[in-house]
Amino acid sequence: MKFIDEFRNKEKAKKIVRAIENISTKEIKLMEVCGGHTMSIQKFGIPSLLPPQIELLSGPGCPVCVTDRKYIDQAIAYARLDNVIITTFGDLIRVPGSSSSLDNEKAKGRSIKIVYSILDALKIAKENPTKKVIFLAIGFETTVPGTAAGVITAAKENVDNFYVFSSHKVMPPAMNALIDEGVKINGYIGPGHVSTITGTGIYSGLAENFNVGCVISGFEPLDLLQSIYMLVKQFEEKNPKVEIQYKRAVKVEGNIKAKEMMYDVFEYRDDWWRGLGTLANSGLGISKKYAKFDAERKFDVEVEKTKEDKGCICGEILKGLKSPKDCSLFANVCDPSNPVGACMVSNEGACHAFYKYNRE
Amino acid sequence: MCLSIPAKVLEINGEVAKVTLGGTEYNASLQLVEDVKIGDYVLIHTGFAIQKLSEKEAQETLKLFNEFEELNKQLDEEEEKTGKRIA
Ligand code: SF4
Ligand code: SF4
Repeated sequence: MKFIDEFRNKEKAKKIVRAIENISTKEIKLMEVCGGHTMSIQKFGIPSLLPPQIELLSGPGCPVCVTDRKYIDQAIAYARLDNVIITTFGDLIRVPGSSSSLDNEKAKGRSIKIVYSILDALKIAKENPTKKVIFLAIGFETTVPGTAAGVITAAKENVDNFYVFSSHKVMPPAMNALIDEGVKINGYIGPGHVSTITGTGIYSGLAENFNVGCVISGFEPLDLLQSIYMLVKQFEEKNPKVEIQYKRAVKVEGNIKAKEMMYDVFEYRDDWWRGLGTLANSGLGISKKYAKFDAERKFDVEVEKTKEDKGCICGEILKGLKSPKDCSLFANVCDPSNPVGACMVSNEGACHAFYKYNRE
Repeated sequence: MCLSIPAKVLEINGEVAKVTLGGTEYNASLQLVEDVKIGDYVLIHTGFAIQKLSEKEAQETLKLFNEFEELNKQLDEEEEKTGKRIA
């Protein structure tokens, strides 16, 4: 068992599609809220396999896409401080800020290093004791425990030139907000990797309060098709609930150890999402206990006034209201080599995935 | 940025595991998981193993896919009887 090939069989896929056709009678809109799902769905051409009454929408699932432009501007302000090294995941570096980007700043000689893990950032801090190393922490519940582990390690090892600038976010407030705002969604394809950490409890409000089911899905084509089958079945039987399709990775209780570390280092705060605005308790800031690792408490910088680009409709796309092809900049002014908006930057962004797999 | 990929654990040294992923070897932190053994598959995310994959559950899911096979057979039979294309 390699946990990949087994879930990619074409013949089996056809059979699930037929089963879906067999039970589906009504129009239904399903939203995926994970960038990894967005990418798989486009890559494997899932929409073209489905009967026309089943529509798939892409939601606010890519952490790069939902990150506030103000956050980028503030990171740029940090990068311009003396004796600072910025460490970041690769995707963030190309996201446009109001008047610059981290990439731009790097070209101008600021010290900005791409890392694959917070542990690499910590290593850089240890190797450069005269510099202050700031790690740009973005991502949902999947990524938060790693940041927590990094901070706990820094505390244990007394690394005192290491700071985290958090834009970590949690998924459920966004999923609720979309329905609250009136976006028509009949079921969520639940984020598989977020759920490996959180477990299923965080989604229970969806069915109870909004009558919307959620099936936590794996990332291979058979996983996605089976999850769609389960959601259509729930919908046709008027029985919305939380189910796990991705059982090989997701347990009802999630990853308890990772959660404990996450809540040791972080606490909830309100946060701003591209497209959705400010959502209560949707973000995570460093807790008092670890305050000395918090870049926001440590560095006082002047941040420029946020300017959004005219014409970019990322916000609407993230809410499932529009598709990349509705954007007048798509594939002419805006493409992966020159992204105007965040959705074109990350591989997992809706515009990027659409550009790569579905341009015609 | 946040894809997570299944990788096989080759070696464990304290809190770090050497894992292999399509032939390439990486080091991954085991700080976030418990009871990982050599030979296990784990999901790797930004340098951390975030969850152990369960072979048993994977087999169960694959078995469910076979139920679709059954269903297809039934649909075929019905089709034959009625002469109508079903789904
Ligand atoms: S894996 Fe997690 S963080 Fe990455 S896109 Fe999916 S839900 Fe978002
Ligand atoms: S195509 Fe570019 S400009 Fe248009 S919404 Fe997507 S990222 Fe924004």
